[in-house]
Amino acid sequence: MAGQEEERGDTKKKFSIFDLPDVPMGQLPDHLQLHRTRVLCNNDAPIHTESVQYSGAYATVGVDNSLRFDHFRNNFRVEVVRLTEEDMEFDMVGIDAAIANAFRRILIAELPTMAIEKVLIANNTSVVQDEVLAHRLGLIPIGVDPRHFEYLSENDQPNERNTIVFKLHVSCKRGSPRITVKSDELKWLPNGSELVKESTPSDSASKPETYTSFSCSQETIPEFAKNPIAPKYPDIIIAKLGPGQEIELEAHAVKGKGKTHAKWSPVATAWYRMFPEVVLLEEVEDDLAEELKSKCPVDVFDIEDLGKG
Amino acid sequence: MGLKQEEILLSNNSINSNVGEIPIDKQKLAAPIKSALDKYQLVPEFLKVRGLVKQHLDSFNYFVNTGIKKIVCANDMIVSDVDPVFSSGLKMYAAPILVNIEYTQGSRGVKMRAEKNDLVIGRMPIMLRSCCCVLYGKDEAELARLGECPLDPGGYFIIKGTDKVMLIQEQLSKNRIIIDADKKGNINASVTSSSEATKSKTVIQMEKEKIYLLLNQFVKKIPIMVVMKAMGMESDQEVVQMLGRDPRYSALLLPSIEECAGINIYTQEQALQFLEAKLKRSMYADRASEKEGRALSILRVVFLANVPVRSDNFRPKCLYVAVMLRRMMDAILNKDAMDDKAKQVLRCHRSYLFKNSRSLRKHKRLCGEQASGAIWQLISLLFEDLFKTTITEVKRHIDTVLSKPSRSSALDPSLFLRTKEIITGGLERTLSTGNFDIKCFRMHRKGMTQVLARLSFIGTLGYMTKIQPQFEKSRKVSGPRALQPSQCYSLGVEDLELLSGEELHTPNSFLVILNGLILGKHRRPQHFAVALRKLRRAGKVGEFVSVFVNEKQLNKSVVVVYVGVRILVILKHICLRVVGMHIFWKLFDVELYLCADQLCVYIASDGGRVCRPLVIADKGISRIKEHHMKELLDGVRSFDDFLRHGLIEYLDVNEENNALIALYEGEATPDTTHIEIEPFTILGVCAGLIPYPHHNQSPRNTYQCAMGKQAMGNIAYNQLNRMDTLLYLLVHPQRPLLTTRTIELNATVAVMSYSGYDIEDAIVMNKSSLDRGFGRCIVMKRYSGVIQKYDNGASDRILRPQRTGVGSEKMQILDDDGIAAPGEIIRPDDVYINKQSPVITRGSRITSAEPLPDKVALSSDRNENPCIKILIRHTRRPEVGDKFSSRHGQKGVCGTIIQQEDFPFSERGICPDLIMDPHGFPSRMTVGKMIELLGGKAGVSCGRFHYGSAFGEPSGHADKVEAISETLIKHGFSYNGKDFLYSGSAAYALSFSLCPFLGS
Repeated sequence: MAGQEEERGDTKKKFSIFDLPDVPMGQLPDHLQLHRTRVLCNNDAPIHTESVQYSGAYATVGVDNSLRFDHFRNNFRVEVVRLTEEDMEFDMVGIDAAIANAFRRILIAELPTMAIEKVLIANNTSVVQDEVLAHRLGLIPIGVDPRHFEYLSENDQPNERNTIVFKLHVSCKRGSPRITVKSDELKWLPNGSELVKESTPSDSASKPETYTSFSCSQETIPEFAKNPIAPKYPDIIIAKLGPGQEIELEAHAVKGKGKTHAKWSPVATAWYRMFPEVVLLEEVEDDLAEELKSKCPVDVFDIEDLGKG
Repeated sequence: MGLKQEEILLSNNSINSNVGEIPIDKQKLAAPIKSALDKYQLVPEFLKVRGLVKQHLDSFNYFVNTGIKKIVCANDMIVSDVDPVFSSGLKMYAAPILVNIEYTQGSRGVKMRAEKNDLVIGRMPIMLRSCCCVLYGKDEAELARLGECPLDPGGYFIIKGTDKVMLIQEQLSKNRIIIDADKKGNINASVTSSSEATKSKTVIQMEKEKIYLLLNQFVKKIPIMVVMKAMGMESDQEVVQMLGRDPRYSALLLPSIEECAGINIYTQEQALQFLEAKLKRSMYADRASEKEGRALSILRVVFLANVPVRSDNFRPKCLYVAVMLRRMMDAILNKDAMDDKAKQVLRCHRSYLFKNSRSLRKHKRLCGEQASGAIWQLISLLFEDLFKTTITEVKRHIDTVLSKPSRSSALDPSLFLRTKEIITGGLERTLSTGNFDIKCFRMHRKGMTQVLARLSFIGTLGYMTKIQPQFEKSRKVSGPRALQPSQCYSLGVEDLELLSGEELHTPNSFLVILNGLILGKHRRPQHFAVALRKLRRAGKVGEFVSVFVNEKQLNKSVVVVYVGVRILVILKHICLRVVGMHIFWKLFDVELYLCADQLCVYIASDGGRVCRPLVIADKGISRIKEHHMKELLDGVRSFDDFLRHGLIEYLDVNEENNALIALYEGEATPDTTHIEIEPFTILGVCAGLIPYPHHNQSPRNTYQCAMGKQAMGNIAYNQLNRMDTLLYLLVHPQRPLLTTRTIELNATVAVMSYSGYDIEDAIVMNKSSLDRGFGRCIVMKRYSGVIQKYDNGASDRILRPQRTGVGSEKMQILDDDGIAAPGEIIRPDDVYINKQSPVITRGSRITSAEPLPDKVALSSDRNENPCIKILIRHTRRPEVGDKFSSRHGQKGVCGTIIQQEDFPFSERGICPDLIMDPHGFPSRMTVGKMIELLGGKAGVSCGRFHYGSAFGEPSGHADKVEAISETLIKHGFSYNGKDFLYSGSAAYALSFSLCPFLGS
C-alpha cells in the first residue's frame, strides 16, 4: 500500500503542464467549445446561456472570436420549413442568437402596417361603448401593402397617399333577431371621408369640407384598382346589435409601427428558438428504449436497430 | 402548509364533535374513495331553498308579517287622561303602514263609536325581494322585463336612492346564564332577559364574598338574601338547600346570610320595605304597581324577566336565582381549587359566548333563516319606539283638544296620526345613517347599516352576508386584519368541551331548561335526545330542533333542544301531545326541584341561532344513497324532501358538539353521526372563490377575501342601465380557467425576476397586451343636479347653451336643452348642465381628461324637483401604479410597462402578459397559487376548465396536482410548469416557470 502511495507521489511530481498534449492552435478545447455553442438545459435552470461576444475572448488559445462578415456570408443559410398565408417557419443556420433576436424584434415592432387609428362615430346605440368599439376596430388587420402609403404626420392633411377610409353602417331592425357585425361590413371609401365637418360655413358653391382631403379616388391608383382594400379577414366580430340598435361610423386607417401600438405590429408574434439537441449519455436499448420512446409525448425519440455483427 | 391547514381544520372538527382525535391517514386522504357519493348537487339545491341572503329576507318578512302586528297589538290603546275616548287597532302593513282606528266619542254622556279604516301612519322602507316587494316571486324573465338583474340577491333597502344593508348583528344568546368576571375580578352571573313585554339585564355579583343583585331599577346593590326573602323564601335553610348539600356552597353563602341578618331582615315584608327604599324614583308611577308596592312588581316583571310569575308564585324565580348562584359558586370554587383552571373555566364561559358568535361565522354559508333574528329585532325595536312616540304625540294632541273648554267640532284622532311624520322620518333617518338611537330601550349604536358597495358582485354579496361583531373590543386579535366574519373559516374554536362541564353532581338528574326557563327534571337525557331526534327526522318537530348530549369525563350530559321561533308553539303542543306521552310526561313527573349542578336539558326556542345542514349517518354509513342523488338530479326530490325524509338535518352549534362529523364519506367510522355535505361549504362567499385555499397560508386567504371585493367585473345583468355613483367595469371580462364564479381576467404570467421594476410585489406588464385590450376598464361616475324650487317661488332653470360669445367654448358638448349630449368628449372645464339658479349662474365642471357622458337620465326627487343625472364614462387602460391581484391575496402594483419585443418569450412563442417576482412566494406561502398557475396552464393546453374548490381533492371537485402534471406532460410541457424562456432584449435564454393564470 505504502509503495503505491509513493508511486502516486512520484507521478504527481513528474506532472508538468508542458507534458500535456498541445492544444491545437486555432481550435477551442471541447468544454469551451461546448460553452460557446450550446446552452445546457439543466434540471433547475439552463447554464451557459450567454453567448460570448467579445472578439478577443479566446485570444489566448489563438481563437479569433470576432464576427467576420465574409465568413458569415459564406456560412449563413436560410431554409424555409413551412410557408403558408399566415405562418412561416424557417431555419437560420450559422447565425448568432443576437442577430436572430434582432430579426424578431424588427418583425414585431418596426415593420410598418396600416391600422385604423381614428374613428368618427356618427351614431352608436349598441351596447359596445364608443371607445371600446374604436379599440376593437383598431386591432383589425387590413389587407394592404403599406409601402404604397406614407406616414401621416401631425401637420399633414389626410389625403389619398396616407389615409384609408372605411365606413361601417349597420343597423338591426326592430323585431328582427340579433345580428353580429363582422369585419366584412367595413366598406372601403376610395374617395375619402363622407362626413361633413360641421364647423365649416356651408357655401353653396364650394364642395362641403370633409374630414379628409383626397385629391383623387384611391381606385385610380393602379395598385388598388385591381384589388380593393378590405380587412384581411372578413369574419372578425366587431359588435353585436340587438333589435333597434345601429352603428354608423367612419374609420380612418393610417400607417404606423408596432412600437407605437401593437395594432401596427404585422405579426401576431414572432419568436426564435435555438436548435435543440438531445444527447443521450449512454446508449439506451431494448425495453428501456421503448419506454423512453413512449415517455415523450412529442415523439422526439426513435429506435433504430443496432447492426449486430 | 396545505397539509397543516387541513389538519387544523380537521382537528377543529374533531374538537367540535367532541372526540379526542381523528387519526388522519394522509394516504387515505389522497387515495380515491370508491364509494364516495357526489353530494355536491345538494349545495346549489340548498342555496336555491335558502339563498345567501335568506336570513335578511326571512327576518324582514317576519317583522312585516308578525312583528309589527305584535308591537301594535301590545300598544293598541290610547287612553286620554282627560276623557277616555280612544283605541286603535292595526290591520295592514305595506310600504304605507295602514291602521284601522276605532274610537269612542263621548259627549254629554252619549257614547258613540266611530271607525276609520286604512289610515296611513307612516311609510315603511321595504326590503328588496321581501314578501312586500314588487319583485317578490318573480321569475327571471319577469325580472328582466322590469329591468332588474335576476342575480341580484335583494335583502337590502333603498333609501334616498342609495342601497343600504343592515348588517347582521352578533348577539349574546338571550336568557342564558353567563358567568363572567369583571375588571375587579368579581364574579358575575348575568342574564339578559327578553320577553315580549320587557327586556332587562339581571346581574348577580359576588363582591367581597357577599353576593348582591344589580338591577337597573334599584339605586344600590341589593343583598341577594334580601331578594330571596322578598320573593317569599324566608327560610335561610331553604335557600341553602336549593344550592346543594355540599357545605362549600353554604359556606360561600354564609356572609350574605349574615349580612341580611345584620340589617334585620327576616320576613318578606321587611325585605320588601327594604327594597322599596332602594328604588329609583321614577317619573311616571305605574298605577297598578302602586297598590301592591313597586318593589314586588319590579321583582315580578323586571327581575329575571324571562321567568314568568303566574298567580304570584315566585318559586320559579327563586329556583332560577339558585341556579345562577350555584353556577357562580362553581366558578369560584374551581378558582379556589386551582387558579389556572379557574381562569380556564372563566375563559370557557367566555368562549361559550364567542362560540356562538364564531360559529355564526363558521356556519354562515349554509345557515339559512336562523342566522339572524337581529334584523327584525332591530327594526321592530325601532318601530316600537317610533310607534310609541307617535302614540304619545297623538295622546298629547287629543288631550290638548279635549281639555279645551269649548270644542267646536267632534274630535277626529286620525288627523293627528301623521302630524310629524315620526314613523316615516324616523325609519328613514335611522336606516340611512345607521345610527340606532332608540330612547325607550336605551340603545345607541352606530354603523348598523352600510351602503351596499356596488363595485363588484362579490363585494355586494360580501356586504350582504357580513356580520357585525359585538365583541370586538374584548378581543385582542381584533384590528384591521382580524378575520372578517363572512369570509374565513373559523380557526381555533377552543375549549368547547369544557363549556358546560365544571361541576359535579348527582348522576341521573338533569334540569330541563326551555329558553332559559326551568321546566323540570329528566332522568334519562340520552333517551330524551334520541327520541327527540327521531321525531325531528320524522318531521314531527321543526327542522331546526337539535339535540345535544354532552358526555364528558364525569359522564355528565346536557341535552339541548333548540326550537326555531316560529315553531315554538307547535313544539309545545307536540311536546304535550305527541312527545308528552313519552318524554315530557317523565319530565313533568319529576318534581320540580333543584339540585346543585349544571346537568341540564336546555330547550331553547330563540331565533338567531345558526344551523347548518348535515347528512345523517347511521353508524358511519350515509343515509343518502345513490338513488337519492339521482332523484335530486332528475328533479324528483328537492332539498326539503331530503329534510323531510330524515336524510339531512340541521344541527346548531351545540348539537354539533355532540356529533361526530366526517368531512368525507370515506372517513366515516362507526362512531360518525353526520357527514358533511361538502367540506367547502364552511367557507363564505368570498373565500369560496379562492382556488385551492386549503393550500395557502391562512392570512393570504383573509387578504384575498378583502381584495376580492375590490375586483372589477360585472356587477349585475342590468349594469349598463343602472345609475350608480361609481362603477368599474372590465372591458373584456373572462371566466377563470380554474373555475370559480368570478369574472376576471386570465393572464399569461411568467414568474421570474425581470428588469428590477418588479421588486416589492410590483408587476411588469406587456405593453402589447395592453394595446390589445388587456385589463382595460371602464369607470362610470354619476353626477347629478337638482332643479331646486325655492321658498319665494323662484326655481332653478336650465338654459340653452350659448353658441357664440364668451363662455361658448365651454358649452360645446351641450345639447339644445342645456344638458350634455351622450357621446360627446368632455374636455377640462366643460359645462355639462347649464343651470341657472336665482342668484348665480353656474355650471358643474369636471376636470379629468377625456371622459364622456354615457347616459343622461331625467327624473324627479321626492319633492317633485326635476333631477338630472349624468353618467360619465371613462375608459382606462392599465398604467404604472395600477393595482393588480390574483386570487390569493397577492396584490401588486404595475411597476413598469415593457414593449412586447423586450418581453421574454418561450420556445413556443408564448409571451406573457405580465411578470411577477418569484420573491413573492417563499414568504407568503401561497401554494394554492402555484397550483392554480399549473392548473391554468393545463387548462389552456387541453382546453378544459379545471376546478379548484376548497378541500375538493378527495371528492373530485378540485384537480389534483398529479393529474395536472400529467396533462402538462401530454401537451409537451414540463410537469412542474417550468418553461424555457428567451430574453427579448438580449440574446440569451432565461428560464422559469411560465403559466397562464388569472388576476383581476
